[in-house]
Order: sequence, then C-alpha cells, then structure tokens
Amino acid sequence: MRRFLLFIPFLIAVAIGGFSLWGLRADRDPSEIPSVLISKPAPQFDLSPLEGVPVPGLSTANLSGGDGPVLVNVFASWCVPCKAEHAVLTRFVNTNGVTLFGINYKDKPKEASAWLDNLGNPYERIGSDLDGRAGIEWGISGVPETFVINSEGIVIYRHVGPVLGTKAQKQVLEALVQAGLPQESI
Amino acid sequence: MIPELGNLALTLALAVAVVQSFLPMLGASRGNILWMRSALTTSSLQFVLIALSFSALMRSFIVSDFSVVNVASNSHSLKPLLFKIAGTWGSHEGSLLLWVLILAAFGASVTWFGANIPDTLRARTLSVQAWISVGFLSFLLLTSNPFERVFPAPLDGNGLNPLLQDFGLALHPPFLYLGYVGFSIVYSFAVAALIEGRIDPAWARWVRPWTLAAWVCLTIGIALGSWWAYYELGWGGWWFWDPVENVSFIPWLVGTALLHSAIVVEKRGAFKSWTVLLAILTFAMSLLGTFIVRSGVLTSVHAFATDPERGLYILALLGITIGGSLALYAVRAPAMEAGGLYRPISRESGLLVNNLLLTTAAATVLFGTLYPLLLEAVTGDKISVGPPFFNASFVPLMLPLIIIAGVGPFLSWKRADLGGIVDRLKWAAGITAVVLLITWYLNTDGPVLGIVSFGFAIWLLLTTIQEWAWRVKLFKAPISESMRRARNLPRSSYGMALAHAGIAIAILGFVGSTMWKSESVTFATPGDQVEIAGYELTFIGAETVLGPNYTSRQGTLQVTRDGKPVTELYPERRNYAVAGSSTTESAILSTIRGDLYTSISEPAAESAEGKWTLRILFEPLVGLIWLGAFMLSLGGILSLTDRRLRIGAPTRAQNPMPQPAFPAE
Repeated sequence: MRRFLLFIPFLIAVAIGGFSLWGLRADRDPSEIPSVLISKPAPQFDLSPLEGVPVPGLSTANLSGGDGPVLVNVFASWCVPCKAEHAVLTRFVNTNGVTLFGINYKDKPKEASAWLDNLGNPYERIGSDLDGRAGIEWGISGVPETFVINSEGIVIYRHVGPVLGTKAQKQVLEALVQAGLPQESI
Repeated sequence: MIPELGNLALTLALAVAVVQSFLPMLGASRGNILWMRSALTTSSLQFVLIALSFSALMRSFIVSDFSVVNVASNSHSLKPLLFKIAGTWGSHEGSLLLWVLILAAFGASVTWFGANIPDTLRARTLSVQAWISVGFLSFLLLTSNPFERVFPAPLDGNGLNPLLQDFGLALHPPFLYLGYVGFSIVYSFAVAALIEGRIDPAWARWVRPWTLAAWVCLTIGIALGSWWAYYELGWGGWWFWDPVENVSFIPWLVGTALLHSAIVVEKRGAFKSWTVLLAILTFAMSLLGTFIVRSGVLTSVHAFATDPERGLYILALLGITIGGSLALYAVRAPAMEAGGLYRPISRESGLLVNNLLLTTAAATVLFGTLYPLLLEAVTGDKISVGPPFFNASFVPLMLPLIIIAGVGPFLSWKRADLGGIVDRLKWAAGITAVVLLITWYLNTDGPVLGIVSFGFAIWLLLTTIQEWAWRVKLFKAPISESMRRARNLPRSSYGMALAHAGIAIAILGFVGSTMWKSESVTFATPGDQVEIAGYELTFIGAETVLGPNYTSRQGTLQVTRDGKPVTELYPERRNYAVAGSSTTESAILSTIRGDLYTSISEPAAESAEGKWTLRILFEPLVGLIWLGAFMLSLGGILSLTDRRLRIGAPTRAQNPMPQPAFPAE
C-alpha cells in the first residue's frame, strides 16, 4: 500500500502532463472566445435589482424596444480591471449618450453598492446575478465583459476584458453606431 | 563576429554539459575518483562558456547591433542604456539564455563552495545538474537561438514593450530566475541522494543553504513583480491571481515548506522521504512555471511570444525531468528508514502541520490555475478562475498557519510542554483578542476574513517578539546577561524571527490596503478638486513633456491637508511612438499611514477634450507589504550567514545531537 502511495505524485504529474499536451494542440487558441451569441437574440434572463442601489433590475425584455442600442456590462466589485474601465463606461454615458445596463456578477450586494457609491453609478438598470446563472446564459469567460445589443435585442458585439485603450474604445463605439447609435454622438 | 563567438561558446557549453552528464556519474558508481573530479572542471568551464555567450548577447544589445534578429525585435537605438542592457533578458530567447546562465552558475557554485560534500554525492549532483543543462541548452540552440542574424539589417529596432521599460521590472526576471533555477540544485541533490540511496542529517545540512538562497531570490523577485504591477499598471492593485503570478507563487509556497522540513531532517533525521519529495516538487513547480509562461496554454496578461513547437519541447523536457525523478522517488523512497520518534505536541508536529498547510495551499493555487485548462479539455467550456476562488480558498488555509507560526518556535523537539506554552502565551492571546474585537467593532460589516487576518497578524508579531525576549531572558535576568544572550543567539534564530515578523507585517499591509481602501474616479478639468482620506487634491492642469523615447502627458495635482500644502504629484501617461503603445506612470505619496495613489488618462473621445480621467486612491498600510517582503528576504539572508552553514558539515567529534532545549530555528 505504502509503495502505491509513493506513486501518487508521479501519477498526478503524468495527468497534468497529459492535459498540457492537449493544451498545446496547434489549432487551439486559448485567448479566442467563441461568440455564439453574435447576431442572435440576447439570452433569456431575469435579474432582481441590486439591493441598496436605487435603479431597477434587468431582464431580457428591457434590452429591446428602446430608441437605440444598449450596452450591457458585466462587472463586480472584486474585479480590479472593472474599476479601470468604470471611468470609460461613465464617459460613454455622459458624453456619448449611451444607455448602459449592468449585470453585477457573483458579488455581495453590500460591497457592490458601496463600490458604486464610491465610484458613481453610470448604470440605468442593474441586475444582481448572485449565483452567476445569468453569467452562464451569456457565456461569459470572466469579468469584465461588455455586450452591444441593438434595439431589437440582437447581440451585435462582444468585448472580453476591460474596455481600455483607444482601440478597444473605438471598437465598442463603432459597434454601437452599427447597432443604431447616431454617428454624430461619437 | 561577436554574436557568432557567442553562438560558438553556447555550442561548446552544450558539449561540456554532455560530458558532465555521464562521466562523474559513472565515476561515482565505479569509484573512479578522477572521473568524479572531472565534474569540478566541467561545471566551471560550462559556466565560463555560457557567461561568455551571455556577454556577447549583452554587447549586441548595448551597441544596438540590429543585424541580430533578437536585438532588432526587442531594442531600439533611442532606448536608455539601462533598458538596452535589460533588453538582453526581455525576450524569450534572451531570458532563456539568462536561465541557463544561472543554472550553470549554481552548478559551478557547488564546485567552488562545496568542498565539504563527499566526492560521490557531489559528482552525482553535478551530473544531474548537467542533465538539466543539456536539456535547456539544446532547447535554446535548436528552437530559440538568440544569435540568429538578419540580412539586410534593419535601420532601427522595434523597441522593447514600453510596459517593461521600468527599473523594477528590469530587475524582476533575474531575481525570479535566481529563485526558480536556484531550486534546480536542490533538485539535483535530491535525485543524487535517491540514486545513492542514502539520506542523512548531513545531506539536509548541505541542501539547506541552497534552498535558502534560492528562496530569498524568489521572494525578492515576486515582491519586485508585485511592486511593479502596483505602480505601473495604474490600477493600484498589487496581486491579481493571474496565472503567471500564480506559477511564481507555487514554487515559493512549496519552497517555504521545504525550508522548514529540511530543518527536521537536519536536527532529528525525520521527514526524510517527504523532504526529498518536496525538493523535487519545488523545482518541478518552477519548471511548470517556465512552461506555462512560454507555451501559451493559459491566457494571461503577461505576454511572451508563444509557440506550440517550443511548448512541446519544454513539455518533453518537463516529462523527463519531473516524471523521471518522481518515478525514481516512488521506487527508491521505501528504502529510506524513518527517523527520530516524536510526540504529537512537539516541534516536529508543528513543522509537519506547517508543511501540510503550505503544500495544500500550493495545491489549491495550482488547481485554480490549471482548472480552466482541465475544464476546457473535458467539457470544452472556457472559463477563467478569478480572485474570489483564490481569496476564499487560500486565505483560510493561511490563517491556521499564522497561529502555528506564532506557537511553533516555543515548542521543543521530541516532546513539548503544552501547558507551559499556553501559560506563556496568554498575554499575546489576550492582546490579540482585544485587537480582533476592536477591528471588528470598527468594521462591523467588513469582510470576516480580513478582520481575522488582521488580528492573527498581530498575534504572529507579538509571539515572535515574545519568543526573542524569552530566549534572551529579557527582564527575567540582569540586563547584562540578556545582552550576552542576545549576542550569542545564533543568526538563524534572528533570521527566523525577522522572517516571521515580516510575514505578519506584510499581512497587515494586505488587509489594510484591501479593507480600508478609498477610491475616487473623476473627469477633471483644471481647477477641479477631489477630497479623499483627509487630503484635498486640486487638478492644476496637464501638459506635454518629451522623454528620451516617448512623449508624456503629465498632470499636476496640488495636495493639501487641512488647507496646508503637502506636496505636488505628477502622474503621467506616456506614449511610445515606436512601439505604438502607452503606459501609465502613477504618482504616489507614501506616508506611514498609507499611500496616496494617483493616475491619469487622456480624454477618450474628441468630444470630451479637456476632461481628464483622474483615479485617486488612498491605500492604508500598503507600504507594509514590501517592508514585510524585505524583512522576509533579510531574514533568509541572516539565516544563510549562520555559523553552522558557513562552517558546513559538523565534524564527528562535536556534539552530534543538537541541544533540544535550545533550537536554532
């Protein structure tokens, strides 16, 4: 028995090696995220409002039927890059007139509302996704992620990671124009 | 011409390493002293050749010889000299050359400083070290030659990634590699001992200084990396649980466990098989780190040019090194007889718990890091594992460790008197409880783990000071007696106290800067004012400043406190035209209370011209993190200069048993 136990480190190493070998397949790109949602209707979800924040909750019905496109941002107070992109999103709302909705992903409502008190709340609606179910529906790979949805509720663009830097901001704004945001507002 | 000489030196080094990989090993098994001693020459020669090769590459960087591909793609003639030199290890090829240079340096140091090691063990250790050299030198020459030429030579280079043009990060890789690769010699010692079939307290005594040296360098390397992330990324965070950070942290955790278990082998002859396993695992984790960073199997913010073919070669090397040594371990370990007996309450048990917690923590971080890969392989889903997982799993594992670290030094070997220790520590426990209650009262809705960590850090600090006071009989004996005892206390004793206190100090920094951080983000036009943590900051304006290879937009912030001027801060946003990217240069006012951290970014859209984004944070106690890391490294260095390690192996005539009542660690 003891002899067998001594082989355990070896077996674990072999298992990790096998997975690593699989990870090296030439056709695999770990940074590429499949975007199955693009050009499809946004997934079905219904989230209650974030406790302590005076804006309504968010569901699929809120995404369509407005005058223009909406930007859906998945954020959390524990996510440092979210803080970095917060300023950019706020500017989109204040100067470009973008409608911004938030999904608060796997966060404690108390911490999330303190975070928004501190930084300011640019979100018109926030859905509280405590258990991460909506996150699964949206197929997010991490936080933050941002989606551009047109007025018919169709997903136009998906941005993985913080919207930071000129290139990322340009891509998101261009997708918003494509989704129906007036050209002159950017 | 010089790059070709560098290439030639590297090829010769490979040839020398091949000889060193079998001749001393063969000599050790046949008792041929001449063959065994050949390792002394070959290991020195190997180091000299690789050092020549490394200097040749560095020269190409300094004189900006753009006919070398590596220089052309990673340097630029306008770069400051320091970063030209740092560019030598800024690329995949160059950093790998630094890697093998350090590998050879550690091999050569065993030759130079290991005169007290028996000939057979030293010969086998150097042979094993040469196996690793052969693997990595051939990898370098076959897949990543740093001396490749390009014709015609470009007029100027592409420049180094601007984020990396920074003093902290220029020094980060050398220290990290000294740590990673330093563990290779411990690995070689372990494999040599397994081949030899004998592990005794003397073995642990030879191994411990190398472990300690590598661990100190790794500590410095990780601390530099997190410091860099703190002031350069502009987010004010110092640890992101990114895969690349994690893979440097796992060897640190396992190495820390090894550091402690080697003491037990040395003092008591127990934990032999376990210590050998840890020695192998520490280096295995370092190699895994090298693989993950360079193969691109996981996504990370840190970018090396990744290439599946290179990944495959490293994976094959890993398979041989790790798989081979673990298989050897499984076959040979049963032959190792168990050492000294001990009671459940004893220093041995304390160190055993320390080891279990540290390795569990390392396994947790490893699992969290590899989980996205495992899940993708099994189900095809792509996910990322974020800070919530690591904070919720890693921190609770560390808390009991902090308690044990406070008690452990009071425990004596074999059997300890628990009642006496409880009695002795009642004051420390009382003060800790009071601090815990106060912290909790001040942050009733704060995170529980943060509050508890804060209290436990105070506990570790108090018990560490008390342990020292107890050793020198402070206030119990006349002051002259205490002074004499303080002078005679072994340096490793001071090393331990300093390192444990360093951990406590760093935890205060971790908790303070996360739990009590205040933050404000504003779109400021000149004249705007922000108030944070008792400071008032006025945005005076932003202007364009020219640097050697960048243009910078520099903001000016006037800081006052209660109306009285404190200082002016100048956060910058630098734009590197050659590389086509920008970096954030934060401006920080460091005080004892904490850091006032400011960063600036330019207006995103033309319509928002004149409105600058200011991020202003106050991070209480954050400086303690790096003070703690400094104390940890200093503690390690102090232990390294301890008399018993300087003198080396004990002569048999001296007292073979260390005095149990006066443990040195």
